[in-house]
Amino acid sequence: MHTVIRNGRLIDPANRRDETADIFIAAGRIAAIGAAPTGFTVQKDIDARGKWVLPGLVDLRAHLREPGQKHKGSIASETRAAAAGGITTLCCAPDTSPVIDTVAVVELIRRRASEAGMAHVLPLAALTPGLAGEQISEMHGLLQAGCVAVSNGKTPMANTLVLRRAMEYAAGLDIPVLLYSEDPWLGASGCVHEGVVSTRLGLPGIPACAEVIAVGRDLLLIEQTGVRAHFSQLSSARAVELVAAAQARGVTVTADVSAHQLYLTELDVGQFNSQCHVRPPLRSQRDRDGLRAALADGVISAVCSDHQPHDADAKLAPFPATEPGISALETLLPLTLRLVEEKVLSLHEAIGRITWQPAGIINQSAGTLGLGARADICIVDPERYWTVSEKTLVSRGKNTPFLGWELKGKVSHTLLDGKLVYENHHP
Amino acid sequence: MPNNIQLDSNGNLRHFLTVEGLKRQTLTEILDLAESFITVDAQSVKKVPLLRGKTIANLFFESSTRTRTTFELAAKRLSADVLNINIQTSATSKGESLLDMLHNLEAMHCDMFVVRHADSGAAHFIARHVAPHVSVVNAGDGRHAHPTQGMLDMFTIRRHKGPDFGKLRVAIVGDIMHSRVARSQIHALNILGVGELRAIAPKTLVPPEAEALGVHVFHDMARGLKDVDVVIMLRLQRERMQGALIPSGSEFFQLYGLSADTLALAKPDAIVMHPGPINRGIEIDSAVADGGQSVILEQVSNGIAVRMAVMSMCLGRAPEAAGEGS
Repeated sequence: MHTVIRNGRLIDPANRRDETADIFIAAGRIAAIGAAPTGFTVQKDIDARGKWVLPGLVDLRAHLREPGQKHKGSIASETRAAAAGGITTLCCAPDTSPVIDTVAVVELIRRRASEAGMAHVLPLAALTPGLAGEQISEMHGLLQAGCVAVSNGKTPMANTLVLRRAMEYAAGLDIPVLLYSEDPWLGASGCVHEGVVSTRLGLPGIPACAEVIAVGRDLLLIEQTGVRAHFSQLSSARAVELVAAAQARGVTVTADVSAHQLYLTELDVGQFNSQCHVRPPLRSQRDRDGLRAALADGVISAVCSDHQPHDADAKLAPFPATEPGISALETLLPLTLRLVEEKVLSLHEAIGRITWQPAGIINQSAGTLGLGARADICIVDPERYWTVSEKTLVSRGKNTPFLGWELKGKVSHTLLDGKLVYENHHP
Repeated sequence: MPNNIQLDSNGNLRHFLTVEGLKRQTLTEILDLAESFITVDAQSVKKVPLLRGKTIANLFFESSTRTRTTFELAAKRLSADVLNINIQTSATSKGESLLDMLHNLEAMHCDMFVVRHADSGAAHFIARHVAPHVSVVNAGDGRHAHPTQGMLDMFTIRRHKGPDFGKLRVAIVGDIMHSRVARSQIHALNILGVGELRAIAPKTLVPPEAEALGVHVFHDMARGLKDVDVVIMLRLQRERMQGALIPSGSEFFQLYGLSADTLALAKPDAIVMHPGPINRGIEIDSAVADGGQSVILEQVSNGIAVRMAVMSMCLGRAPEAAGEGS
């Protein structure tokens, strides 16, 4: 298949490219930019005039709900949503049921993803079998089977000794470790940030120090073991400061933030809005500002969706009894682009935070439009406004606090390995 | 924070979920109406026909004797039919079955749900999902609110200290952290313009940012009780003695219990209140609970009049409820 995307503005921060040019795709790869390569016969012609042609997005964490919770979503349904959101590579969190701790589960996920053919799904292996925090998992075998990193999911690591051993083992094999850091006791019973809102609503709180203490401990172990580590979904300004200080000392550590943490705060919980029940919880304005500042200065180098689709019933209960999480694949791009309008990031920084930078964290070459690269491409109409609604969301999960928000920037085409996997037929 | 869900388009009370966000005028209206119902209690025939033909369901997902009984009496004195439904929380921990149950009761043409639930926000959740003709009264949700208790306490204070809350200094003592009663009292007292409101408790039992609710926090009983007009003691749940919140009941009593000696620090005419049930010897000495300054039993009987007021206002039959727009 020979495909040409004409007249679009190519923005490829990894290669410092930003120009209006045609892009030629052959055999699933980027064959040429500017002029057609010899022997190129156009079979598919996409007009991208007035649009941006970006590398397909890379998302470091999404819950696809398969295996185990197919009433909430499936690999097929959620990768379709990813394609609609311009995401071509995504990491599947290990807390499926069963957990991603055996080669069989990895193979199942990869097979389903390849059958669906909508996105590259990269499983994250469980750091410990069953995410139980007691043993270390067969990291080498799981990576050979197709995992790209190991992660503790969202289960806090209580046992410091096991964590140290897991980091040492991973360090020896040069496997990246993605950590969700939360003190298991301080965070145990809460469902919102401990602060003014938890006090007013009488909801059990998760103090910011539940994250800060765990990040502090983990940083010391990262430094000692020399592991290549990454903090997932930081939520507090103080934890970010600790990461920044470690980076300044030369510790090999990176961090990401969920897009919703850059916009919402504890106040959005309002009168028990269960769509704002997330983990880690929405924190204070000061935390939100700290996360934005860290994203701007590069301490946080990736924005992820932390996509968690739910069935309607999961959010239909008194607040503490609802399930945490946001259906977020399709809002990742417009929310990140909005940071440019809000003068937090430059356009190239914003796109970098959702393409080549997260890809680098997991040793992938995705997220660029370089010659010879896989033709994973997202074409965006940057001026198009759309309203987040149950109807516009492709994901099976309609659970998002952004319902009703008007966002700017809509994906018009997504190509995976040169093949068109999503097209929006809006005029 | 908007509480519009509680009000109808005319600004009248439709649900009663929390005191927070209501106008002083609305609270005064509840208190005035309750005052008129107090006389009903004193009559030999203790009934008024205001809610005849209405059906009120008491949905208690958490056990309660006093609150459920006073709600039941209040409804019966208003001539409503009452259904008492006790539900084990475990059986309805899934929201779906909770909603299913509510819709079934709606189908039986209930007009009001009086709800108690262990989760904060349960009453709001139910109010958001009931049919338009149904009113919801919160009889206690988690740690969040217990607004009729808050209002009966205001009623009791007003009967003893007069309508000007501005000259009063009130202290709430004990487990503020886990108390829905305290949160409702704090909102009510601030809306009614209390002179000074103090919270006295060990730091482990005061929620973070408590000052933002409008209280002065004290950790010292002697300083906190000095010159107060009203002492409100809170119940200390026995399970708080686990979880490293307090070292022991006896140390708690030593530091924060109300005895004749500590009560002497308050004004000589201070009243002593407690939402019940009392832990004698843990938060309050028997001599004080049963003493001359205690109004604890009066709170219970006032609870009936206040609940009658709230129920009749929500179901729109109170004469004062009409014509007061916002």
